[in-house]
Amino acid sequence: MTTPTAPDAMYRNDEGLGIWEHRGKVAAVGVGHAPTSRRWDGRPETCVGAITIDALRKAIDDAGVAPDQIDGLVVVPVTTTGAFWEQGKPLPMDVIQSFNQTDDPLDGIAKLSAEWLLANMPELTNVNFTMYGPGCMSNALNVTAQAVGDGLTHTCLVVKSWHNFEGRYYQGGANAGNALPGTPAVTQLWGGPASYSTALQFAEYCRKYGKTHEMMAPFMENSRRNGLRFPEGYWAQHRPEELIPEDYLASRWIAKPANLFDNDIPIMMSGAYLFSTAERAQDMKQNPVYILNHASSNTRPRSLVPTLDEVEADTARTGRKIYEGAGITADDLSFENMYDGFSLFHQFHLEGLGYRGIKFGEALDFYQTDISIEGPNPVSPSGGNVGSGRSRVWMHTDCIQQLQGRAGARQVTGVKPEVGVSGGPMPLGGNYTVWSASPD
Amino acid sequence: MAKQGVEPDELTQPFWDAANEKRLVIQNCVDCDRLQHPPSNTCRDCDDGGQLAWKQVSGRGTIYNYGVVHDCPVRLLQEDQPFNLAVIMLDDDPGIQMYSHLPGVPVDDVPVGAAVEVIFEPSANGQLVPEWRVIDG
Ligand SMILES: [Zn+2]
Repeated sequence: MTTPTAPDAMYRNDEGLGIWEHRGKVAAVGVGHAPTSRRWDGRPETCVGAITIDALRKAIDDAGVAPDQIDGLVVVPVTTTGAFWEQGKPLPMDVIQSFNQTDDPLDGIAKLSAEWLLANMPELTNVNFTMYGPGCMSNALNVTAQAVGDGLTHTCLVVKSWHNFEGRYYQGGANAGNALPGTPAVTQLWGGPASYSTALQFAEYCRKYGKTHEMMAPFMENSRRNGLRFPEGYWAQHRPEELIPEDYLASRWIAKPANLFDNDIPIMMSGAYLFSTAERAQDMKQNPVYILNHASSNTRPRSLVPTLDEVEADTARTGRKIYEGAGITADDLSFENMYDGFSLFHQFHLEGLGYRGIKFGEALDFYQTDISIEGPNPVSPSGGNVGSGRSRVWMHTDCIQQLQGRAGARQVTGVKPEVGVSGGPMPLGGNYTVWSASPD
Repeated sequence: MAKQGVEPDELTQPFWDAANEKRLVIQNCVDCDRLQHPPSNTCRDCDDGGQLAWKQVSGRGTIYNYGVVHDCPVRLLQEDQPFNLAVIMLDDDPGIQMYSHLPGVPVDDVPVGAAVEVIFEPSANGQLVPEWRVIDG
């Protein structure tokens, strides 16, 4: 069996598609997370493949489903954005020999295939649907929801994992050399870090609306606070430190106005969910969380970096798509878990949604009000990547757990958890899911 | 600033050859007459992928926006940290952007909106690279 990449037709990119045809008929039930770590320590039991198996098994247990009932597996095959196995570096044969391998020796170490997972999870005897949702958990969730709705699978696992090696992101390869090929040279000779484009959009935002980087501090503090109440997360597990405004604002610049904390910390992690039809979900161990809609943006900027105009046009369009397919309005959102890695674009997502009625240019003022999980306007109750490390997964886990009423110390108390939204990554180019405690 | 050298490839050879002659050329779609940058093999605006030709532009622009790079992934540039990294909008079409280190402009003291003109600076292997300087007055 060769696993295909999800076709474009599975994503809901356009406006005017109407209510999603499977609204309320697909549910998330089980959640599983492996322990996090900062970097791989080289042992077989902690490689990205091993932690993925751990997360998948926890999701299966959590849902209370027998493994032979599972017939689908959706995987994000890419497990990093910047930690690559150096060319010529010897392969870790002891790790490779600890698993049933595919033809790619780095499978399970620096990437993941569905075939590798199935070869190493013998209990999954009935999986006959596999698919890749490349990029983020956000993509994979859209694909999973659509696949279950379309009847391609009735009980489906979906997983996203991250590996991290020694050394820093992006510092090796072409960036360490003395010359670049002509095409990448057109953009990369100038050496902008990953957060540079977001920093520019934020700078333009501040100039246009008269805001400052200091105004981010309450959002950062709130996000870390929520993250420290996320027992599955990196900061809660390894560095239980608050992020007070003084420390946030004193941290070093990466690409001013983006500082160190505005850049999420790379980690190793794996998060998995079990999805099923709403009907089958009734017999499982946890309360179903119903999918009301999924929506995507595949917009690209005209030239090198998205302008604020391009960002605002697209986040507004994304907001309309999210609401249209779910048959809801901004008023129906109990909370929002839009993406935050980099932190300096979270406000674009919020404003595009019109969360709590905020308009363009108002989100940083909104951050100065009560945005806590105890208040009436929770912002990023998951704490996101700021609160738990680079995964692009926490926001989704939190939506499920909040709506199941089992978010623990992170449970929102100022609102009744009925409908949530999560997704990302970028303001241009992202995938979103609308979650609900009820199918209607 | 000492930029990495450039090894022109098939797609970008005309861009880099023109730079060595101190001319700035940008891809233009023959079918929809729209400029496009960064370069690619087909027009992204034409559904059937319009034909592209290189078009010389005026070399005038404006500083649209900037950030200050303190932690750069490119090794050769790290000794120059922190440095300005600006985005220029071309006068020929403000939707077309180019990067600039803004030689001569003090760090974090960038005149956003100022007029600039293209200059050409040698990179590590001698290939000339388009850069931008603020036009006085
Ligand atoms: Zn065209």
